[in-house]
Amino acid sequence: MSHLDDLESQSIYLLREAFHGFERPAMLWSMGKDSNVLLWLAKKAFCGHMPFPVVHIDTTYEFPEMLEFRSWAQKHYGFDLKVWTNFEARGRGIGYETTDPVTVTHELKTVALQQCLAAFDFDALITGIRRDEDSTRAKERYFSPRNAEFEWDYKDQPPEFWNHFTTESGPGEHVRVQPLLDWTEIDIWRYCDREKVPLPGMYFSRNGERYRSLGCMPISKPVKSDAKTIDDIIEELKVTRTSERAGRAQDHHERNAMQKLRAKGFM
Amino acid sequence: MNTLSDTTLPSPAAQVPAPAQRASASDHLQLVVVGHVDHGKSTLIGRLLFDTHSVPDGKAERIEAACKAEGMEFEYAFLLDALLEEQAQNITMDTTRVPFRTAKRSFTIIDAPGHKEFLKNMITGAASADAAVLLVDAQEGLREQTRRHCFLLSLLGLRQIVVAVNKMDLVGYKPEVFDAIHKELGEFLAKLGVEPAHFVPISAKHGEGLLKHSDRMPWYRGPTLLEALEEFRGNPPASGGPLRISVQDVYRFDARRIVAGLIESGTVSVGDPVEFVPGGKRSRVKSIETWPQPETPILGPIPSGGEVAITLEDELFVERGQIGSAPTDKPYEARTFTARVFWIHDISLRSGELIPIKLGTQQAEARVLGIQRTLDAITLETGTGTTGEVKVHEVAEIRLRVRKPIAFDVGGKVPALGRFVLMRGRRIGGGGVIDSVVEEPVESRGASPISRSAILGHRGCIVWMTGLSGSGKSTLAQALEQRLLNSGILSAILDGDVLRTGLSRNLGFTPDDRSENLRRATELAIHLADAGVVVIAALISPFRADRAMAAERAKERGVPFVEVFINAPLAECERRDPKQLYKKARAGQIPQFTGIDSPYEAPLAPDLEIRTDKQSVGDSIEKLTELTLGLARPSEQAGAGANI
Repeated sequence: MSHLDDLESQSIYLLREAFHGFERPAMLWSMGKDSNVLLWLAKKAFCGHMPFPVVHIDTTYEFPEMLEFRSWAQKHYGFDLKVWTNFEARGRGIGYETTDPVTVTHELKTVALQQCLAAFDFDALITGIRRDEDSTRAKERYFSPRNAEFEWDYKDQPPEFWNHFTTESGPGEHVRVQPLLDWTEIDIWRYCDREKVPLPGMYFSRNGERYRSLGCMPISKPVKSDAKTIDDIIEELKVTRTSERAGRAQDHHERNAMQKLRAKGFM
Repeated sequence: MNTLSDTTLPSPAAQVPAPAQRASASDHLQLVVVGHVDHGKSTLIGRLLFDTHSVPDGKAERIEAACKAEGMEFEYAFLLDALLEEQAQNITMDTTRVPFRTAKRSFTIIDAPGHKEFLKNMITGAASADAAVLLVDAQEGLREQTRRHCFLLSLLGLRQIVVAVNKMDLVGYKPEVFDAIHKELGEFLAKLGVEPAHFVPISAKHGEGLLKHSDRMPWYRGPTLLEALEEFRGNPPASGGPLRISVQDVYRFDARRIVAGLIESGTVSVGDPVEFVPGGKRSRVKSIETWPQPETPILGPIPSGGEVAITLEDELFVERGQIGSAPTDKPYEARTFTARVFWIHDISLRSGELIPIKLGTQQAEARVLGIQRTLDAITLETGTGTTGEVKVHEVAEIRLRVRKPIAFDVGGKVPALGRFVLMRGRRIGGGGVIDSVVEEPVESRGASPISRSAILGHRGCIVWMTGLSGSGKSTLAQALEQRLLNSGILSAILDGDVLRTGLSRNLGFTPDDRSENLRRATELAIHLADAGVVVIAALISPFRADRAMAAERAKERGVPFVEVFINAPLAECERRDPKQLYKKARAGQIPQFTGIDSPYEAPLAPDLEIRTDKQSVGDSIEKLTELTLGLARPSEQAGAGANI
């Protein structure tokens, strides 16, 4: 088996364990490349079915092109899409126009996710985070418990080995299931290339620019790039010295911003 | 000797080109570095990262400058520290992963720094590693930790091991030193069943023997450390083994009934015969289901390590936990086995306790029948089983009996199915590797218990009541006996006082004598139960170890056994004092009286607890009767009905 086969197999194993282990799992989907690989793997794991809801946390600052992709993909794959927005915070005037990006991310993503979780009573959230994306994610487990306050107790994580994980959650708690933890950015692209995973066009160069990582419109910046195909992107990544999330403002607003966001429940 | 602080940094070992492209992806190896804490682990990893150009631009130069400013010698260990610090920010270190590449392949070093939680982290790291470097200081040779890590590597079943004998520069690059360590360690490892692929002399600090051979050790003809590592396989090959599919689930999303799982060993092709163990139902693979649907059906073979979804030619009841196996080479299907376990939870594993076990996708409950030998992984001291527990960071040999038959392999045949974890609550409490299957006790003498129970209409068993003197054991025992006799169940009371005046009248009340008294009581109870009698043992039995021994003996003989804690506070027992014994004990007339000047160890997980100071006699008897009837007249035969 190739490295991609190994990664695929491991992710499918984790998805099947999550589906078996939890009563009300849901999958988070941002329409980004990792999310789309996750969808693709779930379709594979469940032989063309998507046996749990797919959740999009809509900050109201989404790129129109991403929303178009959302409608297209929902029809294409056929799944139960739940869109959730923290209207309460928007009503209070929280937004990039008025508030710092860390607060906005917390309110419109983390708090929105808490509301959504409470509304649907999900006991597991399947996410597409990867270890190589951010230093704080390097210590993550495949099955990572979160308490009722969404806190991540990274100092005392449950051991997991030999394919055995934490597949139970207590009242009010949930478990983050992270099937893409071992994938790297290049693995994601190679897999998209091999499998022809549908992706939003914004990842590919237009007028000398492309998006390497996609989030909210006001805080996602494109990088200079002529990469029009996945091959081009892979070549570009081999020589780049900037990090993947460099274009995401909320990570860099202050020192350790990402860690603060994550300890409070951000992905 | 050259130090690096007064010169510029050496250029990374020249013959390895900068990794312009990622090594062939299938050649990824997860590596763990173990060994005594001061034997140069960080230096080795730092030097490997530096020499393979895996350190970001400018990093080494910055550290060098910082060292110079502090008047310190440049240490490669700082490189690793700096990288980890960067990764960690404020996060307490846990298992972490450091990637590096050579032209041939990519590696991830799974590093488990820290001290207090080191063992937990090392085990977690090493358990997911493909290969290990065992580091030994040439000056110091084998140390305690070296031996401990050897032991754990063997326990974890890591087979791809290379020994690096480090700091050869400090012993003058003498072959005699290397040979002596090679011999001593090789012999020690052989005892553990571990055979390293290579012993490599190195000096991590000077980069000798890592990527290139050292001119100073012309006597060494083997591979360099990196060459040795490049020989290892990323995916331990198991496709040649017998078919084993760990069934994760059976999906019926549409008309198809799909069996989904992981191929732990062997390969899967359409038409292959497959038998599901435990259970033994057989069929053949009808189709291999994939998405998106291919133009032509996939026929296989799907290799080991792959996730697979199949349909079967016959409509079988298959469920999660079963192992799809080659009918000609099946796993064991049994309930009792011995295993080596390591324990990483603060709450000890106790003899006699019932604990959830997970093996492959199987889940069940297992009774810890006995702890043969414990080994403190910190001090390497061997204990005896008498404490009846395996504490955190201890390794032990234990015997487990699972409540229903499970399927497994032994002796490394299919490693993934020869190991298990024990759950403490929602967490993994420890892991273990199965050593051998224990034959189920066979009743060979005369009538079998089954035919006795056919005559009696019930079977023999032992209800072991423990509690302080005056807690209410005798009262409850008599009431229970009456209830059982009324229900047509033959029963007998084994009372402490009666034993003491007869069978055990030559014994006193020292701990040893108490143990002997209970041993006799146990044997007698087993004989009676064997003959079909429900034995109600009403004995103070103050020590956990003695009760665990009784339970274990009963289990060995196939006699159902329950422990009932007759619980009343000491003050209440003393107030009752039906035989005026507490009064005498307080007056010093009875030495070593339980509760007064001899301890009572309350059961930690009794099958039933009765608070005689809170519950009524009637209520207590209801509960006792219910428990006993469940044992004497089980609704279904033990062992059967585990599947289908």
